[in-house]
Amino acid sequence: MSSPSKTLPAWIDVGLIPLINITFAFIVSGLVIFIIGEDPIEAVKLLVYGAFGNDYNLGYTLYYTTNFIFTGLAVAVAFHASLFNIGGEGQAYIGGLGVGLLCLALDQYVPLWVILPLAIIVSGLFGAAWAYIPAYLQAYRGSHIVITTIMFNFIAYSLINYILTNVLIEPGSGSPESRDLLETAHIPTFQDAFGWFGIKIEYTPLNLSILLALISSVFVWLFLWHTRWGYAVRMLGFNNNAANYSGINTRRVIVGTMCLSGALASFVGINEIMGVHHRLIMDFPAGYGYTGIAVALMGRNHPIGIVIASLLFGALYQGGTELSFEISTIQKEMVLTIQGFVILFCGALAYMARPTIERFFFALTPKNQTVAAE
Amino acid sequence: MSIKSITTGQSDAVGEQSAPPPAIELKAISKSFGLVKANHNVDLKVLPGTIHGIIGENGAGKSTLMSILYGFYEADSGDIFIHGHKKTIHSSRDAISFGIGMVHQHFMLVETFTVLENVMLGAEGGTLLNESSKTAREELIKLSKEYSLSVDPDALTGDLPVGLQQRVEILKALYRGAEILILDEPTGVLTPQETDQLFKILDILRSRGVSIILITHKLQEIMAITDRVSVMRAGTMVSERETVATSKNELAELMVGRKVLLEVDKTDANPAEILLEATDLTHEEGGVVLLDSVSLNLRAGEIVGIAGVSGNGQTQLLAALSGICPLQKGSIQIGDVKITPKAHYSPKEFRDIGVGHVPEDRHRMGMVNAFAARETAIMGFHEDPAFNGKILMDQKAIEENCTRLMHDYDVRPEDPSLKSANFSGGNQQKLVLAREMDRNPKVLLVGQPTRGVDIGAIEFIHKNLIKMRDAGSAILIVSVELEEIMSLSDRILVMFEGRIVGEVSGKDANAQQLGLLMGNAGNQKADLPPDEKNKDISNRKNDHSEEVAV
Repeated sequence: MSSPSKTLPAWIDVGLIPLINITFAFIVSGLVIFIIGEDPIEAVKLLVYGAFGNDYNLGYTLYYTTNFIFTGLAVAVAFHASLFNIGGEGQAYIGGLGVGLLCLALDQYVPLWVILPLAIIVSGLFGAAWAYIPAYLQAYRGSHIVITTIMFNFIAYSLINYILTNVLIEPGSGSPESRDLLETAHIPTFQDAFGWFGIKIEYTPLNLSILLALISSVFVWLFLWHTRWGYAVRMLGFNNNAANYSGINTRRVIVGTMCLSGALASFVGINEIMGVHHRLIMDFPAGYGYTGIAVALMGRNHPIGIVIASLLFGALYQGGTELSFEISTIQKEMVLTIQGFVILFCGALAYMARPTIERFFFALTPKNQTVAAE
Repeated sequence: MSIKSITTGQSDAVGEQSAPPPAIELKAISKSFGLVKANHNVDLKVLPGTIHGIIGENGAGKSTLMSILYGFYEADSGDIFIHGHKKTIHSSRDAISFGIGMVHQHFMLVETFTVLENVMLGAEGGTLLNESSKTAREELIKLSKEYSLSVDPDALTGDLPVGLQQRVEILKALYRGAEILILDEPTGVLTPQETDQLFKILDILRSRGVSIILITHKLQEIMAITDRVSVMRAGTMVSERETVATSKNELAELMVGRKVLLEVDKTDANPAEILLEATDLTHEEGGVVLLDSVSLNLRAGEIVGIAGVSGNGQTQLLAALSGICPLQKGSIQIGDVKITPKAHYSPKEFRDIGVGHVPEDRHRMGMVNAFAARETAIMGFHEDPAFNGKILMDQKAIEENCTRLMHDYDVRPEDPSLKSANFSGGNQQKLVLAREMDRNPKVLLVGQPTRGVDIGAIEFIHKNLIKMRDAGSAILIVSVELEEIMSLSDRILVMFEGRIVGEVSGKDANAQQLGLLMGNAGNQKADLPPDEKNKDISNRKNDHSEEVAV
């Protein structure tokens, strides 16, 4: 009967509380900046300008955002089935391998509009396959998915390392990367896209993959809350026994959810390989898979939240880089510290302020709204 | 009952005018969780050396009040006096130091420890165990003698029957110097005989000057053992009575706030054809036989009750009959479908052939707390074409389904979007029942139809079950409430250690006889004098070894 009774309205839960958490993070970051003898207000100004100030900065911010949306969604989907997919990094990497192989095979023969849908499918299949093994081991053999997905990240790195240095490397080349992809395998950048309308903007890595990210967000929302499969996923996540009772094949749901999660993470490969680097290179996931965990946490595992959180993280990445250019005493490490504070306050300490806010809220709302005692 | 006469004699002796201050006095205790006032201005006075019952429906605030007294929660306002002195209780450590002990509904024992180790745990009184365990042993033996609580200090706790485990809990409290003992729903897991045994112990404790607070929702226990009784309703203390001066009916009315029908009104059953026949079901898990060659049949138009102490295979039986757990041995015939270990049917397929299932524990299985009511209302049927388009679910159909169920089964508040957890226990249960009954299943399995459900809803649920029986369904009920089994069932099967050990017609059943079967004392021992029977049951360690966890 003592269960926490009334829930907070959504605008507090997903709006106000994260905002307060971010504020905390910035206050603490400001203190640190103050301690090293710089002006925190100035730093914030630079950071915001660095992230949103002009088309160049904004382009970079949105480019990072694209990757975070993919990996954030991947973590969130798995999380709804109460699976903790730490393997976004490896799934993105293997997805990129799939994209790379497909493009290398087809770019001489067919145009982009053939390659792109195929690339999405192949990338998804590769990512899903990489998630399938840990998922199978979890569902049918009981190995813990956190452990196996982490291990699979390392395996992915070693595997691609091998493939690039031994198989795909151009003869005579010293760097472990594939040959450059032809134009037919390039996703148009925003510079290209704006160019079609005669608008000139600076080149940034931002490309049309961001549309795929937004479509994926809508897809995840529809899938989780508006299909019977998503219903099964959420039920499994909330209550394993109830899922069993309802006749849901829990093992199949675990495997299916992880495959979907892996496919979402793999789209980082589309953005990176076809949108930016235009060849298969090493290390392109660059930690996006791990940051996706923080993004999902902060976005409360909801697609809208994830898009917003991705934007924030994108802004921190880009604004932080600019900041370290502008103020020499603020080095890259300081930027990492600020990001760390944001993750700490929005992820690990996400519920810190909650009880206090709850108390305030209930103190301010009239008492006569009492609900039936549980 | 002999205990009752002692009770009456005592309560006369302890008048309100007597000199010593109350063992416990709570004044104007209030505690809110968010908007819910779990306790509102609650007063309570427990006189020393008495048994004070606190009765109320689920959610009335009994447990919250006791948690405040035992230091789990702190009250928002109000004062606690112990033996006339004002005390502040921040933690259970404080409570223990003030002489308050608590026996929880679910025992707080380490099953792999011996009795002695469990009693000492947390009160070792030194770094080295040897020395303190010697003194503890002496103390324990002394306590056992003083309060006639015999138990072997070296027995492994997990091997003891539930009744004895509870005794260990009481000893634990006494060892810590408890003079005031709180028992939270102590009889939930006991057979009627073990309950009698417990009441004898409480009686002895009372005669030694221990003050006891007994939390329960069972009226007959209040009448049997307490001196005074306080009734809680919706977070407030509605009244206090001397037990001799009240009656079950009055207490029930006070609890609910209106007159209630305690007896179930039903006509005789007209059992027709067999709808479900289970043959030789056996299930083993980790070397433990949970179901042992269980055969039973359910006929159209009858209610079959499964009686038994919790943990004797009932859960497994429901799991087998609903497809949650694949069969290992035996078969189930439903209509022309034969389910065997080789021809497995999933819970969904069981539903498709007309088996409804209301699980024993709705929070564990029957609903999803975090789901909106409309989502809980389609559990098991989420793939039904009625709720689905080609790809997307038909939210409107889902919503309408829930609204209709809520209306037909009187689920309040009638809000399909409200989180399932935010309904009261009774309304949650009605929603689950509605979902399962609405499809008119040929066979309906109901585990604990009214667990954690308030009296008003119990009446409603019972009526609906009987209505369904009369409409020609076969209903199987598993319940730990013997009274419920007796009043609903046309036929009663008793389970013990995974076997069906007896069958009694509903009309002829009485608690004594069922109780003996439940403890597997068997019919042959029914003519022993009551004391002998009790001893017999509590000494059957081996027989009970699987009975531990609930």
